Amino acid sequence: MTTATHTAVKADTSLISIAFAAFMGLSILFVAGFAGSETLHNAAHDARHAIGFACH
Amino acid sequence: MVKKLVTSALFAGFAAGLIAAALQIALLVPLILEAELYETGALVHFADTTTAMLDIQWEYDWVRNGITVLATVAVYIGYAFILVAAMAFAQLKGIGITARSGILWGLAGAAVFNFAPALGLPPELPGMIAAELAPRQVWWAGTVAATIAGLSAIAFGKSWLPWGIGIAVVAIPHLIGAPIPEVFGGSVPPELAAEFAGRSITVGAIGWVGLGVLSAYFWLKENA
Repeated sequence: MTTATHTAVKADTSLISIAFAAFMGLSILFVAGFAGSETLHNAAHDARHAIGFACH
Repeated sequence: MVKKLVTSALFAGFAAGLIAAALQIALLVPLILEAELYETGALVHFADTTTAMLDIQWEYDWVRNGITVLATVAVYIGYAFILVAAMAFAQLKGIGITARSGILWGLAGAAVFNFAPALGLPPELPGMIAAELAPRQVWWAGTVAATIAGLSAIAFGKSWLPWGIGIAVVAIPHLIGAPIPEVFGGSVPPELAAEFAGRSITVGAIGWVGLGVLSAYFWLKENA
């Protein structure tokens, strides 16, 4: 019983960690590839074109 | 677990990002620079038929290329967070990860972030005509999300029901169709644009396969 509870708790914290990592990844992609600020766009210009993100 | 995820994503994304950035600077940036000559009118398609793409020797711009390396590394770190999270989730569900199977994860990443979006929105050079930006970004994001969901169902499903649903979900964005420009007539010669699209998709695939192997390697190392 105890073992089962521990496993369940461990799986829960793992899921939260995984969701956090996925969210981090999406946030970074949004800033680097999508965000519309002029400065960001000009800085990431060549990289955005090269990677194939929708740019202009 | 957060620390292991973050560490492996940073290492893998940084290393794969450097590989991708090197290929971009060698193969893609020269085409972007040449396209900008057409975009600004310094060269005019049909009027300057003697200027072939490989004739131009570009001076190496350290600042501009340095920023491109930073931006590409940032994108690959973003990719790596998503990929390592997916690998960790697969492991929770009892699916084994090896550096070798990282090749398949990387190919799936290329399918999600390069192949599927390129089916509707080819990688673009400056000066090409395209539809409004916002609908294209929405279609791009929707296609990425649908391809992740569909490929997961195909890869990890065990019967025709999830396989069939997976195929349908992958197809939906393409049945809806990407936003297309109302008219053709960009300033960039088609030879340049075609070369760029082919190289961009290939460089993306190479970068992703590298990222798949490196993500699996660092994730396993962190958990050893």
